Order: sequence, then structure tokens, then C-alpha cells
Amino acid sequence: MMRYSRLTMVNLLSIMRLVFLMAVFFALLVPGAALAQDTDPDAPTDDEVNAIAREMYCPVCENVPLDVCGTQACAQWRALIREKLNEGWSEAEIKAYFVDQYGARVLAEPPRQGLNWLVYVVPPIAFLAGAYILYRGLQSWRQIEPVAVADEPPQQGEDILPDDYVARLEEELRRSQQ
Amino acid sequence: MIANFGYGALIITFLVSLYGVGAAYYGMRQNKPAWVDSARNGMLLTFPLLSLSALSIVVLLVTDHYEVEYVASVTSRSMPMYLKITALWGGQAGSLVFWSWLMSAFASAVTLRKWDRDREFLPWVIVVSLTTLAFFLALNIFVENPFTRLWQFPSGQVVEKMFQPAGSSLFYPRDGQGLNPLLRHPGMIIHPPMLYLGFVSFVIPYAFAVAALVTGRTDDRWIRLTRRWTLWAWMFLSLGLVLGGRWAYDVLGWGGYWGWDPVEIAAFMPWLTGTAFLHSVMIQEKRGMLKQWNMVLVILTYSLVIFGTFLTRSGVLSSVHAFAQSAVGPLFFGFIGLTFVTSLSLLLHRWNDLKAKAEMTSMLSREALFLLNNLLFIGILVVCFWGVIFPLISELFTGQKVTVGPPFYERANGPLMAGLLLLMAIAPLSAWGHSTIKTLGRAVWKPAVVAIVAVLAVIAAGIVNPYALIGIFLTALVIAVTLYEYWRGALARGKRHGESFFVALWELVKRNRRRYGGYIIHLSMAMLAIGIIGIEIFQSETQGTLSQGESLTLGEYTMSYQSLAVFDAPDGRNVARAVVSVNKNGKPVGELYPRRDFFYDSQQPMTIPGVRSTIEDDFYVLLVDWEEISTNSATFKVYHNPLVKWMWMGSWVFIFGTLIAAWPEADTDPVPARNRKRASVPAKA
Repeated sequence: MMRYSRLTMVNLLSIMRLVFLMAVFFALLVPGAALAQDTDPDAPTDDEVNAIAREMYCPVCENVPLDVCGTQACAQWRALIREKLNEGWSEAEIKAYFVDQYGARVLAEPPRQGLNWLVYVVPPIAFLAGAYILYRGLQSWRQIEPVAVADEPPQQGEDILPDDYVARLEEELRRSQQ
Repeated sequence: MIANFGYGALIITFLVSLYGVGAAYYGMRQNKPAWVDSARNGMLLTFPLLSLSALSIVVLLVTDHYEVEYVASVTSRSMPMYLKITALWGGQAGSLVFWSWLMSAFASAVTLRKWDRDREFLPWVIVVSLTTLAFFLALNIFVENPFTRLWQFPSGQVVEKMFQPAGSSLFYPRDGQGLNPLLRHPGMIIHPPMLYLGFVSFVIPYAFAVAALVTGRTDDRWIRLTRRWTLWAWMFLSLGLVLGGRWAYDVLGWGGYWGWDPVEIAAFMPWLTGTAFLHSVMIQEKRGMLKQWNMVLVILTYSLVIFGTFLTRSGVLSSVHAFAQSAVGPLFFGFIGLTFVTSLSLLLHRWNDLKAKAEMTSMLSREALFLLNNLLFIGILVVCFWGVIFPLISELFTGQKVTVGPPFYERANGPLMAGLLLLMAIAPLSAWGHSTIKTLGRAVWKPAVVAIVAVLAVIAAGIVNPYALIGIFLTALVIAVTLYEYWRGALARGKRHGESFFVALWELVKRNRRRYGGYIIHLSMAMLAIGIIGIEIFQSETQGTLSQGESLTLGEYTMSYQSLAVFDAPDGRNVARAVVSVNKNGKPVGELYPRRDFFYDSQQPMTIPGVRSTIEDDFYVLLVDWEEISTNSATFKVYHNPLVKWMWMGSWVFIFGTLIAAWPEADTDPVPARNRKRASVPAKA
């Protein structure tokens, strides 16, 4: 992204505002152009708004991300995000604002604090415990019959493989036919 | 009249189910086979009885009987006939009847099989099936009655009752509220039936498992008897999931197919344990191991099936499927608890009888890899289960509602799913009993070279996202290994039997349909993975407001807004339909018609995308907003979804593979010694 010095930025902004006001004026004259918010190049784009909205949920339309929710209420939330972006708020500030107003449920994931840690730590702990149980199980099963691997046929080069394979295949097919 | 008839049929079915449970139990305890046969006839009767009840609802739906509350809540005069019929599963009460009806079909089908060799299982299969059926019927009769009518008192007050309250008369609304717009889609005609078929058909393997536990006949017989049931159940459940994804993609207008919504997860969880079960039963069949674990899996699957219906139907979790909420939660909760505890108690009772016969000999043997596969499936299950119930826990203990959304599930499940792909590539090459790094390496190196070449080709095409490269490597490895298995199997067989390659291939597949059908399913999963990698990693999107003639560019695509028409459709919709022309790399590739339907009866909007779908990518356009009256400008959201079509193609391959694997063949089980004499003597007339 290009960066401007503060002075240039201010000048640019005032020019933009002027352009925007003119655009609004013409928009009022020309019916149908009122939706064209993009006439101010510095205004947040729909994509910038959606990038934040995608990770948020309104309390009413649960499980529908804010960026794709078709209700009027969600459209207003998106408009609010646009407004805050326009005022120079960062993504984190905007999200914090919504959390303050409506609670942590507006976020796509629980904030990492307090009881919420459980949602993040329980699955890996359970998985590791499962893996450990499985490992111990395999170990104990192997200890019962430690010499079984010695049954492995000696490696006899690549040519012998198809016969070795076909014997195994036939054996498995035979067993599955039983 | 029709409502009374349908309700009567429900009650009679309920009584027949209770009788069947009692008669089967009594006949078994008192050793009176006539009672068990009577129970069996009762189970057979549930299907025609429930057919009458379901048919009554359909007749009420298609003949606009709006005095019936259910009919008024899910249909309206403007709806076409096919939607009125499918409204049978468009609401709570009707879908529970539909569930029971499918359940009774499976219960009746299972009574028709030959029971000579498994006579001891019969009473318990009846008890389990009919208890489940009776529970669902009780929900319909006592809580969610689809035949409840609207009655009006002279004061004008309208009440919902089955039978006429004194002093009231039937109330006939002029029109119904209509079906939820989200459900007015061809996908909705087959998505719920498939899902429900999957759900109810898993009851049968569970019933056999319980029968095996109670009777103590804990050999492999119950598994051999139910393996095809399980495969069919699994196929229906998988199809239900895929169709749900397709419906979401076509109708919900979010550019994706899967949103980790609690109700989606509810259907996904029994699929996870069911898939784990399909794999681990093979260990029991081949090696006589994991009997206890297979019981755990089948019990879990049954409980998750009921839990899935509970999540959808109880309203305990609100979601986009909120149309399915009601107050049946506590009953479900009680039933799940009761069956789960009873099943586990039975399992503990037989724990020692289910000890393994063989021993694990190698960490790389196929059974060890299958166990790893089970660990990963259960890992995903834990993530899903925990994600679904955590908001409830949080609300219970802190009063704070939280959302557990897609980022959580994707981060937690991504590596586990990658692990499954890796196993899908390696396990087919390992041997039962013993495998070493050397034997496995000898088998895997050729497919691995193919997979590495595939990754290099992708890198040469400019893709460097590490997650994508890992995904592509694993997917390519699965495809290469699976094709290699066919190749070397056919070659080896051809060499031994002097057959040509294709004859050998045909014979190979014919002689072990489950194995080679399973490999086709693996191929279909790789195709699904290609689609998922495409859309999850490479999806891009943009949004913009365009005046007529202006265009919006996303990647190689440019769409231009041409025109927009707003009109009333004859089926009660107000339609805003845009025409956009699409160019790819400057060349015109056609027009798309994204639209917004507004349903007057239910006052709900619906966003239908315009999609250009190719094997390479989908260009997906949504109409977000437009300038009223003049329609000079409109806002569009566009998605570029690479490779997503592979998911839908993979689904067809998947059906093909499952049909090969599950197609019925003669019962090849050796006749158990104690039954051999009886089975070999022709029955006397």
C-alpha cells in the first residue's frame, strides 16, 4: 500500500471530500446513482468492510456470517463497520466495539480468556490422550508376540515382488470369500 | 376425517410397536417362539400402518386443508404440487413422522431376511428397533402431532387441538404461511430423505450389536450380518451430507458449501464414527481384534444419530436450521441418556468375552494403521462435539453466549483430515499382520514419485501456498496409490491365471467388491479433497456497486452489469433478476442471472446466485442490493471458487464405489457348527 505524508494526506482528504460532496450532489441530481458509494476513493471499499464482517456474527442471525447475511439489521451493522473504518478505526478496535455492545458472541471464535480456554485446550488434550492410549495398546500387544516380525520374508529383489504380492492378495481374497 | 384417520394410524402403530417389544421379550424369556414370531409380524406391520399415516399428511398437504395446523404452517396455495408433497419433511411434526416411516421401512425389511441361522438375535433386534420407533412415535403422538387442527371459539379465539373443544368449530384459514423459502429448492427434495435414510439405517447395525451383546454370541457374526446395512446406511448419510452442501452452495448465497453450522455437524458426527466403524470392523473380520472397540463405535454412532436428530429438532442450539426448533428437547435427552447408559452397561457386562483373539504384530501393519485412522476420526469427532456443545457450557457457567465458528473447526480439523489423507494413501499398501518400513517403502515409492511430480507441476504453475502443496501432495498420493493397487493387483492376477489385464482387473474387482469398491470410494474422497483444497485455500471474492454497463473484475473474470428486472412470479414470489455478462481473459463466456426472491407469504428473502461452473473453477455472482425503481445501479458480490466442481463429480464416483462395495451377494459365511444340521435340512411344509 502506498503511504502519504500527513500533510499530503490532509490535502488529499480535503480534495476527496470535495469530490465526494460533488459526487453526492450529482448523485442527487441523477436518480439511481445513490448506491455508488465508491465515488470517494478513500472511503472503505465493500471488500474492506466484508473482510471484517466475515469474522463476525450478529446475535439474531446466528451462524450466518455478517458479510453474507441478507437481513436489514446485518446491512446496518456493515454500514456501521464502514462508518468506523471511515473514521480510521482499526479492525481490532471495531471488533472490540461490537463485543462491548453485544457480547463475545459476535466473534467467530470465543476470545481466549477465562473459561473459553477450554474450547481450545480440550480437543488437543483429548487427542493426545487418545494417541497415548493407542500407543500403549500397540506396545502391549506387541510385547505379547515380540518375534512376529521375524516372519517377514527376506527381501529377494524387485522381481520376486509380484509373486509375493499375488500370494498375499490371493490369501486375502480367499479369506474374504469365507 | 383424514386427520383422524392418520392420527389413528399413528396410535395403532405405536401400540403395535409396544406390543412387539413386549411380545419379543416375553417370547425370548419364556422360550416361546410363537410370541417372537408374533412380534416379528408386528414389526412387519409398522411399515404399512405408518405409510397410511404419512399418506394422510400428504393428502392433507396437497388438498390445502389449512384447518390442520401443520398444513397451514408449511404450505400455501401458491406452492407447486411437488413442494406441497415434500412439505411432509418441511416442518417439525411432519419430518418426525417421515423419520418414523423410514425407520419402519428398515425395520420391516430386516424382518423379511432369513433368520434360520440367527434366530437368537431376532427378539433383540425387534426390541431395539421397535423401542426406537416407539420413542419417535410417542414424540409425534404426545408432543408434535402433525394432525392437530385449528378450532375457533365464538369469541374469536383460535386454539390448536387434536379434537374439538366444547363450544368451538373448525377454523379454516384462507391460506397457509407457506414453506420456508430456503426449503423450496430441488435439493431439499432429496437432501432430508437421504440424511434420514442414513440416520435410520444405522439403527439396524446397532440393533444387531445389542442382540450380540445380550445373547453373548459375540463372534463376528453380527458384523458380517450388518456390514452391508452399514455400507448402505453410510452411503445414504454421505449423500445426505453432500446434497446438503450442494443445497447450501446453490441456495444459501454465501459462496460456500459448508459453514460448520451445528446442524451440519450434527449430521457429520455419526458419519465420522460410522466411517471409523466401517474400517475397524475389517480388523475384527480379518484378525479377530477390536471387538470391544467396534461395539463402542456402533453404540456411539447410534447415539449420535439420535443426538443429531435431537440437535435439529430440539431447538437447543439455534442455527440457520432454526425452522426445526421445538420443545421435544428433554425427551430426546432422556432417550439418548437411557440408551447410551444401557448399551454401555451391556458392553461392560460382556467386556471379557470380547477380548482379542490375535495380537498386534507390527506398528505398520494394516490393522495398526486402521487404528490410527480411528484415532483421527474420533479426534475430529471430539473437535466437532466440543465445538457444538461449548456455547451451551459457556452459557451455563458464565451466562455468556459465545460463537464457535468456522475458524475453530478448520484450524483443529485441518491437520487431522490431512492425516486421514496420508493414511488413505499408505494403509492400502500395508499388509495384514505384518509390515515393515522396508516392505511399505518398497510399495509406496512409485506412487510417491508420481505425487512429487504432481507437486512440482503445481509449483511450476506458480502455486506456492504450503498448505495447498501439502494437500495436493497427499491427494495425488492417494490417487496414485489407489490406481497402483488396481494396476499391480490386475497384473499379478493376470500373470498367475494367464488372463489379459482387463479380464484380470474385472475378476479382481468381482471377487472382492468390498475392497475394490472401497478403493473407488477412496478415489472419490481424493476428488472431494481437490474441491475442498480449491475452495478453502484459493477462494477469492470482491464486492462492488455498478451502474449499468460498468464492470467488476476478479482474477481472470470480469462481469458487467447489463440490466435488472423486478417482477412478481405466479408462485407468490417477488423476483429481482439481474443480467450480467461474464468475460474470462477478455473473451465472453456467457451471461449469468443472479436474483433475489422475496416470498410474500413468509416475508422472507432468498438470494440465488448465478454460477458459471467448469471443471477448472466456478464464477459465482450474488445480487446483494439494487437501486429501487430505476435499477440503474446494483451491488454484486462475486466469488471465484477454483475446482469446486470436483466435489460434485467426486460424489458421483462415491456413489458408484459404494454401490460396488455394498451390492448384495450370497451369504458366504460358514454355517456355525451348531446350526449346520438344521440349516441343511429343508424346511418341512
